[in-house]
Amino acid sequence: MTQLRPSFPLIAAWLGLLGVLALTVTMAYVPLGAANALVALGIGIIKAGLVVGIFMGLRHRSGLTRLFAGAGLVWLGILLWLGLMDFLTRT
Amino acid sequence: MVFIATEVMLFGGLLLAYFVYRHAYPQGFATGSRHTEVVIGTANTAILLTSSFLVAWAVEIFSAEARKLTAALLVGAICLGLAFIVLKGIEYHGEYEEHLVPGIDFRFKGDLANGVQLFFIYYFIATAIHALHMIIGISLLAILALLCRNVPSTRHRAALHIVALYWHFVDMVWIFLFALIYLPGRSIS
Repeated sequence: MTQLRPSFPLIAAWLGLLGVLALTVTMAYVPLGAANALVALGIGIIKAGLVVGIFMGLRHRSGLTRLFAGAGLVWLGILLWLGLMDFLTRT
Repeated sequence: MVFIATEVMLFGGLLLAYFVYRHAYPQGFATGSRHTEVVIGTANTAILLTSSFLVAWAVEIFSAEARKLTAALLVGAICLGLAFIVLKGIEYHGEYEEHLVPGIDFRFKGDLANGVQLFFIYYFIATAIHALHMIIGISLLAILALLCRNVPSTRHRAALHIVALYWHFVDMVWIFLFALIYLPGRSIS
């Protein structure tokens, strides 16, 4: 018997992503001051985590693939960190 | 994965530019953001997330016996991708009508005009580059749908995996563009 239906983690990730999308849009209308941006980005990171971990299947991968995914994040981190340092610390 | 890591750098540069200018013109960016169509943006996010789900499902069940369903799922994802592009086009048209397209027709007046104009320059560049990625992704999915339907083999399985990774990555870029473009400034009435 060939498996045709999507596995539980896939469905859960999809529904979870839609739920979190509804949450982030709702939260955008709640006045939280500077925290609004943090909430939006934080939820964005959670969504990206679900996509990478479950849709892309990184949770099943090991070694080299994770290394490259991690390296991408590290380079992005360095780019944003060093790039923004000047602008955020200038008065 | 190496290619996707280089793509992270391309969009990373865009992200950096966004943060620098948002830091320089916080109110202009918040005001600009309020002029975007949050309904279309949200709908497009849901559309992309769903298309990613369909592609992940297709990857999961890929086999000679399930080739019709695999192809159907990919066609579903392609249709959702096209719906995204159409909605984006409607949105661009709306912004043109509201005179919010820098360089072509931009008539926003007031103290914040500079910041708002920068926001919209960023908006058009970022979303256009993303849409270009979408169009490439849709073409790749279309080729894969044909291959999977006619001659499913292990080589196509690998190809489908790679295209799926690319599609999920484009989805992920949109998740962040959505948070940065559509959501800021909504709570200020």
